[in-house]
Amino acid sequence: MSADAATHDDHTPSLWDWRRWVLSTNHKDIGTMYLVFAIFAGIIGGGLSGLIRWELMEPGLQVFTGEDTGWGAIFGNAHNYNVVTTMHALIMIFFMVMPAMIGGFGNWFVPLMIGAPDMAFPRMNNISFWLLPASFALALMSMFVPGAGADLGFGGGWVLYPPLSTSGHNGPAMDLLILSLHIAGVSSILGAINFITTIFNMRAPGMTIHKMPLFVWSVLVTVFLLLLSLPVLAGALTMLLTDRNFGTAFFAPEGGGDPVMYQHLFWFFGHPEVYILILPGFGIVSHVVSTFSRKPIFGYLGMAYAMVAIGFIGFIVWAHHMYTVGMPVDLKAYFVAATMVIAVPTGIKIFSWIATMWGGSIEFRTPMMWAIGFIFLFTVGGVTGVVLANAGVDQSLHDTYYVVAHFHYVLSLGAVFAIFAGWYYWFEKIFGVKYNSFLARAQFFFFFIGANVIFFPQHFLGLNGMPRRYVDYPDAFEFWNAVSSWGYVIMLVGMVLFFAVLIDAMIRRRKADANPWGEGATTLEWTLSSPPPFHQFSELPKIK
Amino acid sequence: MTDLYGEAMRFLTALALTWTTFAAGAFATPGQPTDGALGFQPAVTPIMEEVTSFHNILLVLITIITLFVMGLLIYVMIRYNRKANPTPSKNSHNTLLEVVWTAVPVLILIGIAIPSFPLLYLQDEIPPEIDFTLKATGNQWNWSYEYPDHEVAEYFSNMIEEEDLQPGQLRNLSVDYPLVVPVNATVRLQVTASDVIHNWAMPSFGTKMDAIPGRINEAWFQATQEGVYYGQCSELCGLRHAFMPIEVHVVPQDVFDAWIAAKAEDEYSEAADTIIAEYTAARETRLAQLD
Ligand code: HEM
Ligand SMILES: [Cu+2]
Ligand SMILES: [Cu+2]
Repeated sequence: MSADAATHDDHTPSLWDWRRWVLSTNHKDIGTMYLVFAIFAGIIGGGLSGLIRWELMEPGLQVFTGEDTGWGAIFGNAHNYNVVTTMHALIMIFFMVMPAMIGGFGNWFVPLMIGAPDMAFPRMNNISFWLLPASFALALMSMFVPGAGADLGFGGGWVLYPPLSTSGHNGPAMDLLILSLHIAGVSSILGAINFITTIFNMRAPGMTIHKMPLFVWSVLVTVFLLLLSLPVLAGALTMLLTDRNFGTAFFAPEGGGDPVMYQHLFWFFGHPEVYILILPGFGIVSHVVSTFSRKPIFGYLGMAYAMVAIGFIGFIVWAHHMYTVGMPVDLKAYFVAATMVIAVPTGIKIFSWIATMWGGSIEFRTPMMWAIGFIFLFTVGGVTGVVLANAGVDQSLHDTYYVVAHFHYVLSLGAVFAIFAGWYYWFEKIFGVKYNSFLARAQFFFFFIGANVIFFPQHFLGLNGMPRRYVDYPDAFEFWNAVSSWGYVIMLVGMVLFFAVLIDAMIRRRKADANPWGEGATTLEWTLSSPPPFHQFSELPKIK
Repeated sequence: MTDLYGEAMRFLTALALTWTTFAAGAFATPGQPTDGALGFQPAVTPIMEEVTSFHNILLVLITIITLFVMGLLIYVMIRYNRKANPTPSKNSHNTLLEVVWTAVPVLILIGIAIPSFPLLYLQDEIPPEIDFTLKATGNQWNWSYEYPDHEVAEYFSNMIEEEDLQPGQLRNLSVDYPLVVPVNATVRLQVTASDVIHNWAMPSFGTKMDAIPGRINEAWFQATQEGVYYGQCSELCGLRHAFMPIEVHVVPQDVFDAWIAAKAEDEYSEAADTIIAEYTAARETRLAQLD
C-alpha cells in the first residue's frame, strides 16, 4: 500500500465494481478501458484481414463465393469481400490504433508525465471513452443490414467515395456507418479538447513546454490535428447523409454537385489522419530508444518541432491521394512539391533516433526490439511514400498493391510496432505485474518476419499492376499473393504469442518494480509505484 | 551440412537469377502481368518508358537510403550495445550534424523533383497533333467505348466469364469486344462514368484516369508496339469491380481501317471481330516462325 492510499478519498475501488468502470473519471482506468477496447477491436480487425488473405491465397473465389456451402453462403459474395476490406480499415484505424495510442497510452501517461493528478475534464474523459463502444456497435451492425440491394454491409472502401456511398449503396448500412463515424469523431474531438487543456494548464511547476517529454509533445500535436481535421470529415459525412436521405446534391453531378469535392474534403481530413495514427508512435519510440540507450534523446527541440512541422505540412498535401481525378497539372505539381517536403522532418526523426543510440549503452530489452524494428520498417514505408509523392509515377502505382504495401509499412508495421513498443515498455507500470520477456521477444520475431513476408511482396504485385480492393486477380499474380498469405500465418503465430504473454502474466502475477528499466528511464511515471496509486501527485512534483 | 548449404546457395542463386530477369521484363509478355515479376510490365508508350526509367532512378535512391539506415542501425547495435560500450556518452546535440541531415535530404528531394516535373507535364499535356479521340465510359460493371471521330456507335465491352474462355484468352482480363487502335497513333482518351467512379487503367501504357460521372477526363497515349494489352478497373466500384477488365489491340493502320469501317456499319459487327481474329492469328504464326 502506498502512502496516498491512506487518505480518505483515495481508496482504490474493487476491480469487480462495475461503477469503477462505467462511471469512471480516473484517467488510468479510462486508459485501461481504451487499451482493452483496442485489443478487442484488433482481434476483429485482424480476423477480417485473415479473411482477405484467405480469399487472395489463390486465384479464383475461395471464401466470398456467394455459393451455399451447406450452412448457407456464410461469408457472402464479392460485395461482402469489399465490406470486409472496408471494415478492416475502419476498425483498425478508428477502433484499434487511435484508441490504443491516444485513448490508451495518452490517457495513462500524459497526466503522469506532466505531473498532473488527472485529466482536466475527467467526466468528459468518461464520455469520450463510452461513445466508442456505441460507435463500434453501430459499425459492426452495419455489416449485417442491407447495403447495396440485397447484399449486406457497406462495401465502398474506408474512404466512402460517392456516388458509390450514396446512390451506389441504397441500404441502411451506410447510414449506420455515417452515424458510427460521427460518434467516433465526437469522441475524438472531446478527447482532443481534454488533452489540449490538460497539457496547457496542468503541467507540474517547472515543466515548461520545452521540458515536456516527447510523448506529451506527440500527443499534443496529434490532438491538434484531430481537432482541426475531424470537423471537416464530419461536414463531409453530413453532406453524404443529406445527399442520401434528404435530396441534397452536394456530391451528385445530376443535381449540380461534384463527387471530387467529397474527395477533397475527405483527404483534407484523411492525410492528417494518417499522421494522427503515427505521431504518438513517434513519441513512444523516442522514450524507448532513449531509455534503453541510457542517453537523453538526441536533438530534443528538433524532434519536437519536427512533429509540429509534420503536423502543419500534413494539412497542405491532401490531394496526393487524388492524382488521378483529373486535377489541373499545376495543382498536381504543387502537391508533389509539398508532399516531398514532409520527408524532411520525417528524416530528422529517423536520424535523431539513430543519433540517440549512437554512443549509448544499448540494452536489447523487449520494448527496444520493437522500437528498432519500428525505425527500420518505418523507413521502408517512408521511402515508398516519396516514390508515390511523384504524381508521374503515382499514375502507375495509384490504387495498386504498391500503395497497400506503402501504408502497411507505415501503419501495420510502423504504428503497430510502436504500439507494441509502448505496450511492453509500460506493461508493468500499467498492470503492476511482470511479463515473460522470452515470449514477448518471440512475438516480436514472428511479427517482424510475418509482416515483412506479407507486405514486401505487395510492392512487386503493385508494380506489376495488381489493383487493390480486388476479390480475385488474374492468374499471373498468384505467386506473390500466395507468399503474402503465408506471411499472414507467421504473423498469426505472433498474435497467439501476444495472448500467451498476457495470460502468463495474469497467472503468475509477479509483482512489478516501480522502475524496471534503470537509470535510462527518466520520466515522471517511473517515480511512482507500479501500478501507480489510484490518485497520484496530490502533491505536485517539482521539476528542477 | 555443407551439402545442404551448397544446395541452398544454388537454389538462392537460381531464384535471384530468375527474379532479376523477371524484373528486367525479359520473360514478360508485354501487356499483361507475369507471375513472380518484380517490376513494371514492359512499357509500350513514350509515357510509360519515362515512368519506368524515372522509377528505376527512384528505386536505386530509396534502396541506398534504406540500406544506409539499416547499416547505421546495425552498426550502433553492434558498436554501442551494453557489452561493447558500458558507459553511455551524454551528448545530445550536434548542430552541424543536424544541419547536414536536414540539408542532404532537401538536396536529394530537389534531385528527385528535377526529372519528376517534366514527366508530370508530359503525361498531362495532350500533344496538339492528335490522330483521333476515343471515349471510354465506366459502368457497373463493364466499359463502353465510342469512336466519335469515326462514327462508331457506343458498344459495350464485357469480361469473358471463366467457363467461356477460348484458348489464349486470359481469365479476368479478356473481354468480348475489345478496343482497337493503330500502332503509333496518338490517341486522345476521354473517360467518364455513368453511375459510380471507375478508373480506366492500362499498366503498359502508363495510363490511369478516373472515370467520374458528370465530368470528362482526358489522357493520351501512343502505343508503339503491336500486340494485345490488358488493364483493369482501378477505382472501387462495387460488386464486380474486379471483373471489368480492359483489352486493347494495337494493330497496323490498314487493319484498323478495315476494322473501323466494319464497326461503323454495326458496332457489334462480326466482320470486325473476324478482321481482328485473322490479323491476330497471322501475327502469332509470324511470331512463332521467328522463334
Ligand atoms: C514520407 C512520408 C510520406 C509520404 C511522402 C507519403 C505519400 C503518400 C502518397 C502520395 C499516397 C497516395 C498513394 C496513392 O493512393 O496513389 C499515400 C498513401 C497512403 N499513406 Fe502515405 N506517405 C508518407 C507517410 C505516411 C505515413 C507516416 C502514414 C501513416 C502512418 C501514411 C499512410 C498512408 C495511407 C493510409 C495511405 C493510403 C490511403 C488510401 O488510399 O486508402 N503515409 N502516401
Ligand atoms: Cu497522405
Ligand atoms: Cu471498378
